[in-house]
Parts: sequence; structure tokens; C-alpha cells
Amino acid sequence: METETAPPELFARLAEIGRDSSRTAARASDAPLEPETLYDRHGVLVVRVGDTVVKAHQPGRDYGERFLARIKVAASLPDLLLGPLGAPTDVDGRTVTVSVYGEPVDPHKELPWADAGRLLAALHSTPVPADTPSWGRPARVATQVARLGEGLAEDEVRRAFATLPAWVRGEAAVSARPERAECLIHGDWHLGQMVRARDGRWRLIDIEDLGKGDPAWDLARPAALYLSGVLHPDDWERFLGAYVEAGGAAVPDGGDPWATLDLPARSLAIQIAATCVISAKEGERPLDGPEQAMVDACGRISTAGDAARLA
Amino acid sequence: MHCPKCHGLMRTYNRSGVHIEQCDNCRGIFLDYGELEALGQMEARHHAAPPPPGWGAPAASVHHHHHGHHAPHHGGVFHMLFST
Repeated sequence: METETAPPELFARLAEIGRDSSRTAARASDAPLEPETLYDRHGVLVVRVGDTVVKAHQPGRDYGERFLARIKVAASLPDLLLGPLGAPTDVDGRTVTVSVYGEPVDPHKELPWADAGRLLAALHSTPVPADTPSWGRPARVATQVARLGEGLAEDEVRRAFATLPAWVRGEAAVSARPERAECLIHGDWHLGQMVRARDGRWRLIDIEDLGKGDPAWDLARPAALYLSGVLHPDDWERFLGAYVEAGGAAVPDGGDPWATLDLPARSLAIQIAATCVISAKEGERPLDGPEQAMVDACGRISTAGDAARLA
Repeated sequence: MHCPKCHGLMRTYNRSGVHIEQCDNCRGIFLDYGELEALGQMEARHHAAPPPPGWGAPAASVHHHHHGHHAPHHGGVFHMLFST
């Protein structure tokens, strides 16, 4: 459970919505109706009640037409995505959606890297539904780097960021990015975005970034962690091997996967490093080993230099 | 075991964990159930492993903050793997 600062009134409202949905829905299990906080960070509150999950989304993002389009796309692909059950509602000024509960990945057990690779490959192989919004660009790296304060680690991350192409830094139009075959992508993939549904099969959740885009960005996080020495090579091999074997479109068929993964991996390494440095400073603590490994990777990215030519 | 084609004697070889029977006479090869798939997977893995880009952590100094596959992922690594 993640706990931070959500007001108790919001928790109570979400719990109430969850209880109402659980009561009206045919209950598929005897899961207790005691509300439970699943996530409470970064302005997001997720409450589970029985088989129902109620989410208050991050304030300040666009929950208009494009979000509705994403909900429709998710609903049309129930074998791949577990999205909201309907349009969002406004609860005390917050955007709230209701979805079916799925069992998250247990961080204490062997991580389902091969399942993850297969699930993403299946998503990327799906014909892009009509009216799918464009994914756009990886906006989080610039957002996180902009939040950095002063310090040596901060400078190291900023130097690496400066080597990224202008369209990734948000200093050139998205149209400046290279032409790549686009498919349906999750847009913010990590192991917290996978749940096991009632049928025992994995689904992707959190569809706020779902869209038409370059699939290599869905592999960016594990690629970044592998290249930074944080993700074990065996785990990376299981993930990429399963992805390739399932015909995933993000890497060239039979070719060098790094031809397409290098830039996304660099961008995510910088984004993760920035997040780690900000989190350590906020907690007034030193970087732990893996966090320092991410900052060290930024140093190597700066040395490797001109990522623009990779773009 | 005898070769189904020329009835020569077949010998068992182990190639990277895959058992294959080869005929001493006609050199024909016999694969057991699942072995063709196993070879295909090995080939796929072989193709999936070109060298990583130069900024990747050097193999000798990789920080394996990973203590076996069943160890809990906590602290910084947990957030890197499980949150945006």
C-alpha cells in the first residue's frame, strides 16, 4: 500500500462509490467490502471495494474528449486492457473512474517479465482502433528534469538531458520526431500497469496515455534499468525474448533491438534518475545504490554524447 | 535406435541442451517432440542479443541490486519497476 496525503473526505467518497458499484454489480467473488487504499501518491488515490476499484485521477491533466476516446478504445479490447467501466464522473472537483479489480504483480515473488513481454507484443500487434488519440511524445522526462533543484547529481542529470533530441526535450514540435511505424501503445508502461483479471490472464491498466505511437517507448523503462545495471540481464532477456518471440513490433525483425530502443532507454534513464534525485532530496536522505546507478548512467549518457543523431 | 530412412545406427548428441539423434550412415537428424521449438527459441535468443549501446553499464561493474528472483524488490528499485 502506498500512502501519502489524500484527504479523508475523498477516501470516504471513493469508498462510497465503490460500495454502490459492488452492490449493484453481480459479485464475482466474496472479496470483502471493506474499502482498502491501493495507491495514494502524486495526487492519485485508488480505493478498492470488493471487486471494484475507484480511482481519483491526477489533477491538471486533460480528461476531455481524448480521455473518453481512450476509455472507448480500452473497452473495445477487453482481452488486453482493463479500463474504466464508463465515462468519468466529477467528485468534489476530481475526475473519478470505476473499474473492475485485478490482482497486481506481487513484488515479493518472481516478476512476470515474460508475460509482460507477451502482453505488450499483443497490444502492439492489435490493429489501431479508429479514433485512437495520438500518444504524442514522452513528456515526463522534461517535466521531471524541470523539477530538479541544485546539486551535483542534479547537474549530472541535466547534462544528460541536454543530449536528448529537441522533440524529446519539448523544445521542438512533435512533428520533428523521426518517422516510425506507429501502433497502439500503453504510453507509460511499468510492472505496476499489469494486473491479473478474474480469468487469470494479464491485462494492462491506467489508460491515460494509451494512444497511437512508437511502440519502442513501451519497452523504455526496463531497457533503461537494464542498461543502468539495475535490472538483471536475465530479467531483461526474458522480457525482450518473450516480446520478440511473440512478434512484438518495437524492435526490428531479426535485427538490432537497440536501433530503436536506445533513445527511449536514454530518455527513461534520465527521467528515472531525476525522479530518484527529487525523491531523495524530499526525503532528506542519500541516494540508495540503485538510485546512484541511475545517476551514474546519466554520466555515461553525457559521455556517449550526441543522442540527436539516433533520433 | 535405427534410422527410419536407411536403418543405419543413430547416435545421440547434446547440442546446447537439446538432444538430437543423428544417423551414422545417412547423417539424417531426428528430433524429439518439442526439440525443434527449443532450437528455434535458442536461435531467437541468439538474434536478440546484439551488444547494448556504449552507455550501458559495463558488464564487469554491473550493480546487481537483485538477490535472486524471489527476493523482494524494495526501496528505489521498487519505485523504478512499479511506478511512473
